[in-house]
Amino acid sequence: MAVGSARVKSVGGAQSPFLSAAMFAPAALYIVMLVGGPFLLAIFYAFSDARIGNTELHFVGLENFRSILQSPSFRLAIRNSLIFTIGSQIVVVVSANILAIALENAFRGRGLVRFLILLPWVAPISLGAIGWKWLLDSIYSVISWVLVALHFYKPFNAPMWLGEPRLAIASVLLVHSWRIIPFSTVILLAGRTAIPKDIPEAAAVDGAGFWRTQFQIVIPMMRPILSVAVLFGLIFTFTDMTVVYILTAGGPFDSTQTLPSLAFALGIQGSDLAAGAAISLFLVPLLVILAYFMLRVARRSEVN
Amino acid sequence: MPSKFTHGLFSKLVRAGVLAVFTILLAFPFYWMLITSFKQNVDLYTMENNPFLFNAKPTLDHLKFLFTETRFVRWLGNTAFVGVIVVVITLILAVPAAYALARLAGRWGERLGIAIFLTYLVPPTLLFIPLSRVIAFLGLQDSLWALILVYPTFTVPFSIWLLMGFFKSIPRELEDAAMVDGLTRFGAFLKLMIPISTSGILTVVIFTFTLVTQEFVYALTFISSESNQMIGTGIPIFLVRGDVYYWGALMAACLIASLPVAFLYNLFLDRFIAGFTVGAVK
Repeated sequence: MAVGSARVKSVGGAQSPFLSAAMFAPAALYIVMLVGGPFLLAIFYAFSDARIGNTELHFVGLENFRSILQSPSFRLAIRNSLIFTIGSQIVVVVSANILAIALENAFRGRGLVRFLILLPWVAPISLGAIGWKWLLDSIYSVISWVLVALHFYKPFNAPMWLGEPRLAIASVLLVHSWRIIPFSTVILLAGRTAIPKDIPEAAAVDGAGFWRTQFQIVIPMMRPILSVAVLFGLIFTFTDMTVVYILTAGGPFDSTQTLPSLAFALGIQGSDLAAGAAISLFLVPLLVILAYFMLRVARRSEVN
Repeated sequence: MPSKFTHGLFSKLVRAGVLAVFTILLAFPFYWMLITSFKQNVDLYTMENNPFLFNAKPTLDHLKFLFTETRFVRWLGNTAFVGVIVVVITLILAVPAAYALARLAGRWGERLGIAIFLTYLVPPTLLFIPLSRVIAFLGLQDSLWALILVYPTFTVPFSIWLLMGFFKSIPRELEDAAMVDGLTRFGAFLKLMIPISTSGILTVVIFTFTLVTQEFVYALTFISSESNQMIGTGIPIFLVRGDVYYWGALMAACLIASLPVAFLYNLFLDRFIAGFTVGAVK
């Protein structure tokens, strides 16, 4: 980001507003029409009685929000969205930091290990989730088989991982963590390799042990990159509906429903566009907060 | 120093242990897909069998079923088709826009760059309901063109962001020299910047393509018929008939569809990280 620092008036640095506008306009126009427009439309729908199949629209004020806020499934959805987002991110931060330390120094086979570790993030998530659905199958789950073999459960008595609300919530949370850990790990790894080697070495010479070096020197130096990993992790999990949709479709009895999956269930499957739009708008406040922090991180690192 | 030596050995063992545990936890579902793909149904659906072993002879039946009795190949084709066209659209929109923001627009470039970055944070789960009406209005329900129209909403912002960083890292003096030699600004962009930036552009191609294969929400909302599915929706939804899961074929399909994407992604991982870290790594 050092480009802007020394403003030498060169030919190449000359401003040509017309050309830049012409080059930027197509992308800008597209984004305004297909991101900006639909976003406004979502707000508009949330205050209307729009339904699939209805041609007429009426303005209904806050009616959608009033009925949503009274619905128990909506309260569950908010609660679950927060549990999945924050809970999985805690698992992710701990695991990814450990993994990044373990992967930091070169060793034979690191390329292969990195490839295997990255799979959950790079494979299409709907396919990863269906893999988990098989691992958590109500009858043929390999996890249940292992637990039975270890005598934790009697045969045919292992729990239904996706069939009991608490276990289903835990399962979805862990599958979210499983998916984001690789992403956070590689980001943190990039942060670690960017720290000049002599700093932790100097600390070691001064007698600081491994943990002290990590917690008092390396991790504080990595704060910006750690925030980036956490912020993206929170956004990806909070706005995802694929994991829940594939694993439980929100069930049993809406117990794993999240804001996006409930919006889909009501808005598309239930044809109630207005309710769906109103529910998905509840994603916005947290997204705005996360975006604010993201910009702060970016700006601060630019100043340095 | 013997104490330091043993300490080194100990930490190596701990590290190997940590890596082994995490690698197994993270890669296990894919290993399980592999095993399941080659097991006979009698083997898969007998609870007394040790699922880690082949209790009956390995079989290619699931693969045969997948490639002959399902629309799997068609879904791969659909995904490739949508992927290629979205890549072309993304390049046409994002390359000039990123160059304009990186080079020409000065302080406005920075502000607009941030605005672009923010649009990347707007998730499909916020837009799919109004977009479903837009698609219906355009008569594109159940058409791959609906996806081609909508997918650039996330590939273009990400690509602009990635390419901006790339263009900024190229010294301005190169264009200055070219323009002194008589090229126009746009000529310098076409004949000098684009050839220099091949690796950045290739990165955008790869990531646009992988983002297309990974998408789920829009494909689920806009596409209804079996033959128009993408791999991400076709496999989990249409390989399940009623309540019957064809686990062998399902797992084979998941693995076959995942691996190429994973290979491509790994090749370009470092550039991809650079796109996400927003300059937080120096």
